[in-house]
Amino acid sequence: MSVAAKPAEVGDDAARRAASHLAAGSPSVPAVWCTGLRKRYGRQLAVEDVSLEVGRGEILGLLGPNGAGKTSVIKMLLGLVHPDGGEVMLLGEPATDPAARARVGYLPELFRYQPWLSPIEVLTLHVRLSGIDVTAQEQRNCLALVGLAKRAGDRLGSFSKGMQQRLGLAVALVAGPELVILDEPTSALDPLGRADVRDIVLELKKRGVAVLLNSHLIGEVERVCDRVVILDRGRVAASGTLAELLGGRELRLHLTGLSPDAQARLLATGRADREGDWFTVALPADDVASAVPDLVADLVALGARVHAVEPGRISLEERLLGILRDGADARAKGDR
Amino acid sequence: MTTARTVLTIAALTLREASRRRVLLALAVLTVVLLALSGWGFSRLAVESGGSALTSGEARLTASIVLNLVMFGYSLIAALGTAFLAGPTVSGETESGIALSLLARPIRRSAFLLGKWLGLVAFGSGFIVLAGLAQIFVVRVTVDYWPPAPAVALALLAAQTTALLTLAVLLSTAVSPMASGVVAVGLFCTTWVAGVVGGVGEGLGNEAVGHVGTVSRMLLPTDGLWQGAMHGLQDPSVFATFGGSDVDAFPFLSSAPLTATYLAWAAVWVAMVWGLAAASFVRQDL
Repeated sequence: MSVAAKPAEVGDDAARRAASHLAAGSPSVPAVWCTGLRKRYGRQLAVEDVSLEVGRGEILGLLGPNGAGKTSVIKMLLGLVHPDGGEVMLLGEPATDPAARARVGYLPELFRYQPWLSPIEVLTLHVRLSGIDVTAQEQRNCLALVGLAKRAGDRLGSFSKGMQQRLGLAVALVAGPELVILDEPTSALDPLGRADVRDIVLELKKRGVAVLLNSHLIGEVERVCDRVVILDRGRVAASGTLAELLGGRELRLHLTGLSPDAQARLLATGRADREGDWFTVALPADDVASAVPDLVADLVALGARVHAVEPGRISLEERLLGILRDGADARAKGDR
Repeated sequence: MTTARTVLTIAALTLREASRRRVLLALAVLTVVLLALSGWGFSRLAVESGGSALTSGEARLTASIVLNLVMFGYSLIAALGTAFLAGPTVSGETESGIALSLLARPIRRSAFLLGKWLGLVAFGSGFIVLAGLAQIFVVRVTVDYWPPAPAVALALLAAQTTALLTLAVLLSTAVSPMASGVVAVGLFCTTWVAGVVGGVGEGLGNEAVGHVGTVSRMLLPTDGLWQGAMHGLQDPSVFATFGGSDVDAFPFLSSAPLTATYLAWAAVWVAMVWGLAAASFVRQDL
């Protein structure tokens, strides 16, 4: 390499950095973008060709059975595990540069914090390492948000697992993140704590913060996530919005005194099955929020007596189990 | 700039851990006990020599040997202490998961490791310098003996501690916390014994046995640095009392000061072992 070429290269590099920095601030740049991630531990293939994207302000749920590679994918995004292949961009910057993690908060699945520090000291330490200015009051507010305001000065050694996980959440949130990665954030929490986490995640979404949520609690994912990626044996088995994954919704109605007009109104909504006085009507996937109240109002106006209206839909759990079983069947056929 | 902040933050955290986990307190108590015991011992020595049982030369020689012996005790405490601290603080944190959330911050792993190392160096060196200085004053007050080069000796003791803890840091990036402490301390003791064996070989004029010490001092410079420290603590009159080769054969006396070449080798050795530790830590999957 010639000496004269060096300044130009440095200049290019600086320009590239500046461009990536400018792009990083743009809301169109995804919070997480990764492609072709691969990881092998010895003979065990943990992750194979995983690509995913989390948009700004989007909540992405990562689902899959134990050993599907969810935590490995998360650790590769954060540079904690080195991928054998693939590329990762965090907030528009290559993840190989630690600076890309400046606005990333992380709650690990294995959450442990220095038992000889107090919660407020742990937050101060993380703020210092993140290089972002956060006032002492903001740090205290963050502890209050996760319900630890009264224990701010106590040593962590005496904390329960649930309280440590709450602190982990505060650590993930303290340095003004634009992306929060939560790996099993409610594994040690009671139902009240789970509800708190759900509220916090939804609040983050409101503020435009992207969240990558890995959870075994499918109901939790179903309630808060915009999109879901299902991993199975290290590969993406399915991905999409909840509506895309779950297909159309159903409505179960208990009706008596059904006139022919009312029956026609029912059929106009979609395909309907009858079982005694119970009717199951398929709602279109893109149904508007008013479809159900409109139908009920019309039926009542047409003289039908409405005893019960139940939303019925394939749960995410059923869909997940279906996808995993299909995968297992396909592998069994392939083996034969 | 940010790297410097990371290094200093982690170094301060390591020192705070040592203090909060009562390591500082334990060392302080141990040191006070050792100082009190040695103070009593030295005052007995003063009484004996005052009663003209010993000549002033013999008294200085005895003071030199006993001072070296007590200093060996301190260097052992510093070596053991830092070697057993290095394991938990590096591999213990990666094993328990404490390191996960820290290393997910925008920091380089090498800066994190440098901070840990710097904290341990400050801790180990700080201990050996303070305890050693207190010991030198105790000797001064009790038997009126002042070593010829106390600053050099204390600096070399700090360097010895640094060399061993750097090895412990390297080991802790590769093996479990407990194993790293055991192996580091084991190697430290082995090198010391090899040094003594080599000294006996030189004293007896057996070159092959003499080489054992030389080779071990190259592989792990703790014993070499310890020999240099002893030389700075002992009275020059020991050579008049013993012959040069007899000094070699005695484990708590040193026949020659360290050469600049050996000191440079010790510095290169520490840099090399730290580099290996950083390379191993940076490649690790957490």
